[in-house]
Amino acid sequence: MATFENLSDRLTATFRNLRGKGKLTPADIDGTVREIRRALLEADVALEVVKEFTGKVRERALGDEVNKALNPAQQVVQIVNEELVTILGGQQRRLEFAKKPPTVIMLAGLQGAGKTTLAGKLAKWLVKEGHTPLLVAADLQRPQAVQQLQVVGGQAGVPVFAPEPGNGVGNPVKVAKEGVKEAERKQYDTVIVDTAGRLGIDSELMKQASDIRKAIDPDEVLFVIDAMIGQDAVTTARAFQDGVDFTGVVLTKLDGDARGGAALSVASVTGRPIMFASTGETLDDFEPFYPDRMASRILDLGDILTLIEQAQSAFDEDEAAKVAEKFATDSFTLDDFLKQMQQLKNMGSIKGMLGMLPGARGMREQLDNFDEREITRTEAIIQSMTLRERTTPKLLNGSRRVRIARGSGATVTDVNQLVARFEQASKMMKTVAKGGVPQVPGMGPIPGASYGGKKKAGAQKKGSRSGNPAKRAAENAALVQGGAPAAAAGSGFGLGGAAKAGGPSEVELNSLQKFLGR
Amino acid sequence: MAGFGTSSSSSSSGAARTPWSLGGALRGMFARKSIDDDTWIELEDALLGADFGPDVTDAIVEQLRDKVAKFKTTDPADLQRMLREVIEERLERLDSTLTLSNRPAVVLVVGVNGVGKTTTIGKLAKFLTNYGRSVLVGAADTFRAAAVEQVATWAERAGAQVVRPQHPGQDPASVAFQTVQKAIDDGIEIVLIDTAGRLQTKSGLMDELSKVRRVVEKLAPIAEVLLVLDATTGQNGLAQAEAFIEHAGVTGLVLTKLDGSAKGGFVLAVQERTGIPIKLVGQGEGIGDLTGFTARVFAAQLVN
Repeated sequence: MATFENLSDRLTATFRNLRGKGKLTPADIDGTVREIRRALLEADVALEVVKEFTGKVRERALGDEVNKALNPAQQVVQIVNEELVTILGGQQRRLEFAKKPPTVIMLAGLQGAGKTTLAGKLAKWLVKEGHTPLLVAADLQRPQAVQQLQVVGGQAGVPVFAPEPGNGVGNPVKVAKEGVKEAERKQYDTVIVDTAGRLGIDSELMKQASDIRKAIDPDEVLFVIDAMIGQDAVTTARAFQDGVDFTGVVLTKLDGDARGGAALSVASVTGRPIMFASTGETLDDFEPFYPDRMASRILDLGDILTLIEQAQSAFDEDEAAKVAEKFATDSFTLDDFLKQMQQLKNMGSIKGMLGMLPGARGMREQLDNFDEREITRTEAIIQSMTLRERTTPKLLNGSRRVRIARGSGATVTDVNQLVARFEQASKMMKTVAKGGVPQVPGMGPIPGASYGGKKKAGAQKKGSRSGNPAKRAAENAALVQGGAPAAAAGSGFGLGGAAKAGGPSEVELNSLQKFLGR
Repeated sequence: MAGFGTSSSSSSSGAARTPWSLGGALRGMFARKSIDDDTWIELEDALLGADFGPDVTDAIVEQLRDKVAKFKTTDPADLQRMLREVIEERLERLDSTLTLSNRPAVVLVVGVNGVGKTTTIGKLAKFLTNYGRSVLVGAADTFRAAAVEQVATWAERAGAQVVRPQHPGQDPASVAFQTVQKAIDDGIEIVLIDTAGRLQTKSGLMDELSKVRRVVEKLAPIAEVLLVLDATTGQNGLAQAEAFIEHAGVTGLVLTKLDGSAKGGFVLAVQERTGIPIKLVGQGEGIGDLTGFTARVFAAQLVN
C-alpha cells in the first residue's frame, strides 16, 4: 500500500531533507513544520492538537537550543520526539487496584470500538497477572452482546455475571451494581463491567453511563477507542470525559494500518493516559501501552522493546540453549528446525514483529509480499518425513523425496530446496556457535538483547540468504511479481522475505541512531 | 430494483438538528460580512475537522477560491452555497442505486471490525421486506463470538429467514454457499450474507473473503458487495476501501453511525479515489434507521 504512507514514513521523509543541513533557516523550519502538520492530519490527529503541537515544535525549533546544537536537524527530531512523548502521557501508568477488593473496572466507548472483546482480553490478562476477575454483562442494548460476553468469558476462562438476557431487556445500572455485590460475595478480586456502546451526543445514554458509574463507584473507568477513528476522536473523548469521567484509555485495533493519530488526540485533549493497546483477533493480543515506545514508533525508531519482550516470553531459553549446543556439535536436525519454527510461530505474527523493527519503513512493502503461510508449507514438508529422515537428512534419496513431496502437497523441487537450504544453514550456524561471524545481513545489535534464543533464530533465517545484494534484489523482484518458482529460491525455509526485509534495517537503524545521538 | 434514493424524506426530517453538520464550525465564517483571509482558514479547518483529509480539503478550497474569484463575490452566503454545490457535485458523479435485479440477488456485506455490518444487514433486511421482497440472511460470520445469534436476532426482527452455520467455526464460504443454494431452492428473492469483520491488513482473512466470493459465484452472480464504513473513521477509511475493493470486488459503500458527531468526510475521498459510490446511510440503532444515499441531502446536511 505504497500510496498510504504512515505517520512515521512521512516524518522520516521530512527529516531526511533536514539531515544534510548544518544550519536551519526559519524557512527550513516552516517547511518542516508544514510537513509535520500534513503528516499529522493524514494520521488523523485532531486539528486542534495538530495546531498546538506544531506551534510548540516551531517555537522550540526557532529557539536557541536548536541554533546552539551541533546538528540542528537532529535537534528538531529530538524536539518532535519529546513533544510526542509528552502528549502521549509522558510515562506509563498501571491499573490501580483498590485497597479493599474487589477492584471495579468499567468499560465505556462508542459502538464497535471493541469493548466486549476487550473485556475478555483484559480478563485473561488479569488472570495471567494472578487476579480473579468477574465479567459483568451490562450491555443490554446490542442484540446478543450478553451472549458474546459469555462466549468470550468462556474462552478466557473467566466467569460471567449475566442475570439479564439483554437485547433491550433489563436495567444495566442494576446489573452493574449486582455484579459488584456478586463479586464481593464470591470474593473475586476484580470486576470488569462491559457497557453498551453509545454516542457522545446521545445525552440519554450518556446519563445512563454516568448512572452506572455512580452506582458502582469504579476504581478505573476505561474509555475504549478504535485506533482508526478520525477527527471525531476529540469530540467523543470530551463527551465521555464529561459523561463518565474516564481514568484511562484503551486503544483497540492497533494491528491495522491506521496511523493511530487518535492516540495523540485523546491523550492531548483529555490528559488521561493510554493504558492498554489491543493488537489482534485473539484474546492474547493485548498489552500495556508504552507512550515512549509509541512516540519512537511514530519517529520510526521501531518498537524494539516490545519486540524483545514478545520474543522473550515466547522463546524457551532452555530450548534455545539446547539448539545452540546442537549447532556446536553438528547434531542439529530437521526435527530441531521444525521445533524452532514452531517457537517462532508462537511469538505471533512475524510480519507484526518485523513491523516493530526500526527502519521498518523501507521494508513495509516487502513485508506485504512476505507470505507467512510459507512457514506452514515448510512445516508440512518436514512433517511428511519419517523421524529417521529428519535426524539424518542424508537418507533422503530420490524416491523418498518424491514420497515426501506427495505427502505434503509440495513438489520435489520444493523438498530439494528445503534440504539444500537446511544444510547450508546448519553449516552457517556451526560457525556462529563456534564463535565465528557469518555473513548475516540485517541483524544489527539489538540493545539489551542478551538472551541467546532470538539471535539464533534471527541468524538462522538470515543465514539461509545470499549475501550478494544483486542476487537478493533479483529474488526480491521475483517475489514481487509473485513468481512462485523463483521465489522458492528465497523461501526454502519460508523466511526468505524476512531476511530480505532485514537487509535495509541495519543501515536504517544505525543511521537513525547516530542521527539521534543514541 | 428501483433506486432507494427516494427515502430521503425520513432523513431530511432530522435536518433540523443534523448533529453531523459542519454548522458549528462554519457558522462564524458565514456570519461574517465579507470573505477575507480568516474565512479561508476557517473553511479549511472546518473541512479538515470533518475528516475530509488534507488532499480533498486543499482541492475543495482551491476550487472555491477560483469560483469566488470568477464571480467576484465577497458575500459569505455565496461561499456557503458554492461549498454545498461543490460537495454535492463531487458526490453526485456516481450512481448510488442498488442493483438487485438478479434472482436471487446476492448481497455480500464486508468491512473491518465493529463498523456495523450485522446491524446494517438487519436494517437492510427490514428495508427490503418492507418492499415486499423475501429475504434470506446467511450468517457467515463464524468467527466472532455470538455473531450468528446477533444477525439471527436482527433477521427475526426484520422478518427474514436465516441460514446458520452447522457447527461453530465453519468455513464462511460454505455457509455462504448453503445460503445461496437455499435461496435458489426456495425461490427467495434476495440473499444478504454477513461476513466476519477483518482488518484490511490481514492478508489471510482478505483471501478468505475472495474465496467466499468465488464460491458464491459458482451458484449465482453476486449483485452487490457492500463495504460498510464507520463515519467516525478517519483517513484509514481509504486504505480500507482499497483493500476490500481488491479482495472482495466492492460495488457500493454504506456509511454508518452518521447519527453521532462524526461527519464522515473521508467518504468523499474514498468515492473519488476508488470510483465506488456510496449507496446507503445508517443513522441510528433502530431497525428503520437506514436510508438510501442522496448527494443533495448529504451535502445540505453537512453544510447548512
